[in-house]
Amino acid sequence: MRLTLNIWRQANADVQGAMHRYELDGVSEDMSFLEMLDVLNEQLNAKGEEPIAFDSDCREGICGMCGLMINGMAHGPEVTTTCQLHMRSFNDGDEITIEPWRAEAFPVVKDLCVDRGALDRMIQSGGYISANTGSAPEANSVPAARDKAMRAFNVATCIGCGACVAACPNGSASLFVGAKITHLGELPQGQPERDSRVVGMVAQHDHEGFGGCTNIGECTAACPKEIPMDVISQLNKDLRTALKNGH
Amino acid sequence: MASPTLVKGVRSTRSTIALKLTMALSGLAFIGFVLGHMYGNLKAFSGHDAFNEYAHHLRELGEPLLPYGGFLWVMRVGLIVALVVHVVAAVALWRRAAKARPVSYVAKKNQASSLSSRTMRWGGITILLFLVWHLVNFTIGKVNPQGGETNDPYNLLVDTFDLWWMTAIYLVAMVALAMHLHHGTWSALQTLGLTNTAQSRARAKAVGWIVAVVVAGGFSLVPLFVLFGVITK
Repeated sequence: MRLTLNIWRQANADVQGAMHRYELDGVSEDMSFLEMLDVLNEQLNAKGEEPIAFDSDCREGICGMCGLMINGMAHGPEVTTTCQLHMRSFNDGDEITIEPWRAEAFPVVKDLCVDRGALDRMIQSGGYISANTGSAPEANSVPAARDKAMRAFNVATCIGCGACVAACPNGSASLFVGAKITHLGELPQGQPERDSRVVGMVAQHDHEGFGGCTNIGECTAACPKEIPMDVISQLNKDLRTALKNGH
Repeated sequence: MASPTLVKGVRSTRSTIALKLTMALSGLAFIGFVLGHMYGNLKAFSGHDAFNEYAHHLRELGEPLLPYGGFLWVMRVGLIVALVVHVVAAVALWRRAAKARPVSYVAKKNQASSLSSRTMRWGGITILLFLVWHLVNFTIGKVNPQGGETNDPYNLLVDTFDLWWMTAIYLVAMVALAMHLHHGTWSALQTLGLTNTAQSRARAKAVGWIVAVVVAGGFSLVPLFVLFGVITK
């Protein structure tokens, strides 16, 4: 496959970036998207040019580290992470535009790498349960209803990749926050801190400069883990309950 | 970029979700109003006297507990408060959204969002501009575009919609209203946290379609039937 790539280059957070054009030949359709970028970087290295910086870690779709805006779609045209996207999803002669996640709360570190620390700080602001240390409690001593456990498990698949923020026209992280609120709120262990969790996480969300949700659904379409929109409804309901309880 | 610190002294009332809740509640108040308003307009099909009697009756509603026109003023004050809340919250959220993505994408595809969801803000401005003309036309100014009498509600209505371009303006506004209600109804239910399952989400979206079609369709009937000469003076 022969490809034309338009890629965002930016030396660091303090300078202006710009789109650069690269021609790449000999791409196999069995390569992953990141392997295709590896091939390009090898060529850039050979020419003595600065290779393109992009994030990746596990390369098996479970860590949430990789994330690129590919032709205007977070993680590209398939419902998966960028590392699990393969070149067979593209055609010979295609022109591909590759950009970093764009959000005030995700500053560009270099080229296609952004700082997603804002997601960690939202977790720090309530996305946890406080548990005593010591030996593990007897597993059956805290019963959890099956449907609630399943819902919690399904939304706990969120890997915090930030695609929801990248795809949202408002730059909102509501799907991420909603996934955490639902995940912990459906389980017995999440109940004592339920009100303070939602208020804390939403306050940190707003503080980081994420936008408000307008329920349009671009986030859930971009989510590689297919987190549904109802977690945002759950988030709103939990916030409303906390409001009623005077938090 | 916001400073990478943890925020202190958090309050649920200061959150973006609290802003959205005020938008949802004021929006639901508007949905109730337009449903009632649309139903009242259909009185035009019953003829001159029935329509004018209905308009007069609105002023007598609640008497003698309320003074003459008292019910209308309660409604007006309520709607003005809802309008201020709705617009102020919308502007605050719009500004926040604009700041949340200072560098826009070179390429951005919409994969799942409806056209009506993406046009809520400009659609809202369209409805607001229409509202100004609508009030000048029928309430505050009472402007008869044909230059005739203005103190007879039914005749003012017929004179207005007899002009094709007036009917066209109203129909354009109804398209804007339908799109706003289509997304707004579902969005309000979601913001209120009432769509926690796939089933209730599908139901809320269906309600959005029904409200949009019933309200905008019902409103459009009277101007169209005047234009086509079914409703006449």
